[in-house]
Amino acid sequence: MYNFTYHRAGSVDAAAAKLAESGDAKLLAGGMTLLPTMKQRLAQPSDLIDLNEIDGLKGITVSGGTVTIGAMTRHADVAASAEVQQAIPALAKLAGLIGDPAVRNRGTIGGSIANNDPAADYPAAVVGLGATVVTNKREIAGDDFFTGMFETALDEGEIVTAVRFPAPQKAAYFKFPNPASRYAVVGVMVAKTASGVRVAVTGAAPCVFRQSDMERALSGNFSADALSGITQDADGLNEDIHASAEYRANLVVVGAKRAVAEMA
Amino acid sequence: MTGFADFIGGFGDIMTVKVTTTVNGKPVSGDVEPNTLLVEFVRENLGLTGTHVGCDTSQCGACTVHFDGKPVKSCTILAVQAEGHQVVTIEGIGQPGNLHPMQAAFQENHGLQCGFCTPGMIMAGIGIVERNKGTNLSEETIRAELEGNICRCTGYHNIVKSIAAAARGN
Amino acid sequence: MRKFGIGQPVRRVEDVRFITGAGAYTDDLNLPGQAYGYLLRSPWAHAAIRSIDVSAARAADGVLGIWTGADLAAAGVGDLPCAISGVLRNRDGSVLEVAGRAVLARDRAMHVGDGLAFIVAETLAKAKAAAELIVVDAEELPAAANLADAVHGEAPRLRESAPGNICFDWEGGDAAAVDGAFGQAAHVTSIDLLHNRLAPSPIEPRAALGHVDDGRHVLRTSTQGANLFQRVIAPVLGIDQEALRIITADVGGSFGMKEFIYPEHILVLFAAEKLGRPVKWSGDRSESFMSDLHGRDVISHAEIAFDADGRATSLRVHNRANMGAYVSLFGPGIQTLGGARLTGGLYAIPAINVRVTGYYSNSVPVDAYRGAGRPEAAYVIERLMNKAARELGLAPDEIRRRNFIRPSQLPYRHPLGFVFDSGAFEANMDEAMRLADWAGFPARRDGARARGRLRGIGMSCYIESSVGFGYEAAEIRFPEDGTIEIVAGTMSAGQGHETVWAQIVTEQLGVPFEAIRLVQGDTDRVKTGGGTAGSRSTYMVAGAFRLSADQVIDKGKAFVAMLLGEPPESIEFSDGMFRSAGSNRSMSIMETAAAARRDGEGLDSGATFNHDISTFPNGCHVCEVEIDPDTGKVEVVRYLVVDDFGRIVNPMVVDGQVHGGIVQGLGQALMEHSLHDPETGQLVTGSFMDYALPRADDLCAIESSYNEVPCTTSPYGVKGCGEAGTTGACPAIMNAVLDALAERGVTELDMPATPLRVWQALRGAR
Repeated sequence: MYNFTYHRAGSVDAAAAKLAESGDAKLLAGGMTLLPTMKQRLAQPSDLIDLNEIDGLKGITVSGGTVTIGAMTRHADVAASAEVQQAIPALAKLAGLIGDPAVRNRGTIGGSIANNDPAADYPAAVVGLGATVVTNKREIAGDDFFTGMFETALDEGEIVTAVRFPAPQKAAYFKFPNPASRYAVVGVMVAKTASGVRVAVTGAAPCVFRQSDMERALSGNFSADALSGITQDADGLNEDIHASAEYRANLVVVGAKRAVAEMA
Repeated sequence: MTGFADFIGGFGDIMTVKVTTTVNGKPVSGDVEPNTLLVEFVRENLGLTGTHVGCDTSQCGACTVHFDGKPVKSCTILAVQAEGHQVVTIEGIGQPGNLHPMQAAFQENHGLQCGFCTPGMIMAGIGIVERNKGTNLSEETIRAELEGNICRCTGYHNIVKSIAAAARGN
Repeated sequence: MRKFGIGQPVRRVEDVRFITGAGAYTDDLNLPGQAYGYLLRSPWAHAAIRSIDVSAARAADGVLGIWTGADLAAAGVGDLPCAISGVLRNRDGSVLEVAGRAVLARDRAMHVGDGLAFIVAETLAKAKAAAELIVVDAEELPAAANLADAVHGEAPRLRESAPGNICFDWEGGDAAAVDGAFGQAAHVTSIDLLHNRLAPSPIEPRAALGHVDDGRHVLRTSTQGANLFQRVIAPVLGIDQEALRIITADVGGSFGMKEFIYPEHILVLFAAEKLGRPVKWSGDRSESFMSDLHGRDVISHAEIAFDADGRATSLRVHNRANMGAYVSLFGPGIQTLGGARLTGGLYAIPAINVRVTGYYSNSVPVDAYRGAGRPEAAYVIERLMNKAARELGLAPDEIRRRNFIRPSQLPYRHPLGFVFDSGAFEANMDEAMRLADWAGFPARRDGARARGRLRGIGMSCYIESSVGFGYEAAEIRFPEDGTIEIVAGTMSAGQGHETVWAQIVTEQLGVPFEAIRLVQGDTDRVKTGGGTAGSRSTYMVAGAFRLSADQVIDKGKAFVAMLLGEPPESIEFSDGMFRSAGSNRSMSIMETAAAARRDGEGLDSGATFNHDISTFPNGCHVCEVEIDPDTGKVEVVRYLVVDDFGRIVNPMVVDGQVHGGIVQGLGQALMEHSLHDPETGQLVTGSFMDYALPRADDLCAIESSYNEVPCTTSPYGVKGCGEAGTTGACPAIMNAVLDALAERGVTELDMPATPLRVWQALRGAR
């Protein structure tokens, strides 16, 4: 790992100020992706600004049908939260499928979505549940947040502070993990919400996306049968030794059907 | 306004940082470069070599320690991040003649062969039992929650058995 | 029966240090003043090296020394040898003669990860930083990194001396007899199979710490036997064996790959001498994937001929084996002298012919990995038997029944030379089928079908051979502190030798188990030794301890007789006591040893056990799988095995070997595959993010049981157990997978049966 200057931020404002003044600084959340990347000498930030000691960024509140999760809340805490399990069980389940227990004790929702790894789970929740990303500057609709592979709508110096999830009528998450890394080969979040059906797919493409054919079909008939005629186009999907594009396309359909079936 | 009090660490030239933390119940401190990993600090600065490094992608779990009571991978935390926190390593949970029940269960059930992954397995196993307290810990749960620890010798069979035995208290 | 004797599930004495974090693996060791080495590795699969400019790096902060292949050659450092060179005979009668492997590449880099320069600095970080300043002027050349890329007619030629990239072409058995039998066959079944390339991946990465102490080179590193390292390394450095000490402390798993001498072993010793300081090198996991010797990587074509009664008359196999970029210590021997002799398994096939062609490729060398050729032999015959059964309309057990070597045929001379001494092959299968409720399988398949899943059952009846270096050495000593020091040339990497060897000596001498201390892995304390490999250690060391114990007893009888003033033949020894038949006086062995030591010579004894006869562990694995046809995911839902390991010393430890072996086989069957990009030669599976190792949730519990048929040729009737699980697992699992897929028309599938490949096979068959 190349060296860097370490800063422990005491507040979001302090972190933002440091981020603004440093040459090539990065924020350190859970570190579950950033630190391995730096160990491989694939990243060389001048400064690391550690958010782990900012207590205001941690915690879960549920009120009025909305689950608000602080950006520095660990995956394990989301998975184990009785309130999340009650309000949005699919979200608790998804958090409990990220990485492994030790990773879940460190990794955070803010870090995960700001990194936007194409195989990460949380983007499927943010888009699939129609969440809102709250930053130190503004609020960003989940649908607008993820802009491309490892790319988000965040501006320079902008820091995610929380994510607000409206509780759906029902939702389920299907994940097919990579046999080696256990990241999502494909993850599908299907939610029935007051404003319509949402189907969000992670892992399959360079960036999370909504499967609109499925959303339309499920809007008329919210059952696995409604998906039987639907196929996912393999064009542009990811390919690697563990999954071809065609296989991923298949898993998108299988995953959506299983998620819907789970809700029946 | 940002004040200097908001930060520890250097500005400009990279310099060593003093870390003061608690390891196995004892206060320790040391000067480290910011890029020092917690596992390097534990092994090299403190000489606690029971915590091992088996990979460089946070997969194998040989480096698992308890950080504020919870299992984490010490290869994926900076030493400076331990400032003010509690770290417990394999050396801190039990000693010969005064073994932790999880250590004793691993010996009784032949839950180890070469022993290299074992400290991480034991630290992860304690976490599994803690998290599932009050439930009837199933083999399936143990297997699922061992996802972050790789063993190449045992085929996991006796590791699962060891953790189940420790959870039952025998 | 003794509490700590042979046959008891004694809890392991080595465990206490491992479970408390007090193990001493190589990377845990440090010496005062030590410097740190880092190896700059080739990023190219194949490149001509024009020059390596280290001037800027040499001037970098903290750098103590940098050496390239040219520097080593100039200093007279030799190459790493191949023990099979000059031994293996090609089918044209010529003898294989191959150059050794250069410690650092001189004019050509032959694989990704090939060493180009060794940098030693005050810290590892400084060594790595300096490595980035080294300028390598190289011309990238066309590469053939995978076996499939190296064997075809258009493949780039990697060595002037090897047309077609062929390293050797060996043949065993009677080709004419086989041809004759095929001419008479009522039915012929043929099959093409891949034995996928594996990264052994013990969880402890390799490390080495070298220094020069009082004129002697000292190397601390993981081995499978320190003495082999001493024998191989001394001539490479051009020093006497006595001037080299090898110390192996705890070894964090090996499975074959730590049996070998690697460039880094030579480099830390060379640099330590040049710098006058200890030099430590610790590899990380990324380096493991590109520099640890790999296993398997064979393509098989096999044909079997049957008569009208479904009895096999003849078998013909051609294996094409990847040697990698260089031939390593035993590389060309693994598929030939090792595994090929078990072609045909435990079936009475009168005529067998096997040919093995070895190929060079731009990949890490391939050598022994758990099983070392025997899993390949078992996989070929057991897949063939299942395929033939389907073609002939026979049940899998029925075709095996018709072909087993019967107890009345034992000892059985196999066409390729082995003599199988003992076994109850059909009884093992019957017991496994009973335990598995084989007869109840159709109902379980129906149940799975109702849940939308495909269920299959598969078996393998395997036989393997434990193989040795022909000898093993041991000593038994009674030092003043009242312990019993037992010295062995073997080396434990997790197999529990400290416990099991002590059980054997307790059985032999009746000495207190708790007082026994094993000495291993130090060439200053272990005079000679073969080492641990090929599942040989238990019976070989038992033989050496028995010879040593016999000497201890003879010396003790003579001493007690002298003490009592009686003739030596009147003294008897049993249960740890010397007794005078005439006077009814007795003396314990520990008392005798102490008294004899005070008197002079003592009872200390040592012996070398020479034994060239292989043993033949065998058994039957049964596996049941369920497959999700929508995702292709295979789930192993039941796994059981009946093993004949001959006599068992510690059933708890043996269970552990079975579990671990089976799961390594499961890894090969379902998950693991080391792959290179065919275009660039780059390693695609370079970390645990891409190379899939089995985790706890990838399998179910394993049910193991034993049918102990004592070996007739080995001490105590022990057959060995270390590699049997790996040998039997792949065919059992793949036969189960193919059984599950059969109803969807899938008849061929190679390992690993990953979700992607199973799904593709199902789609292709539709």
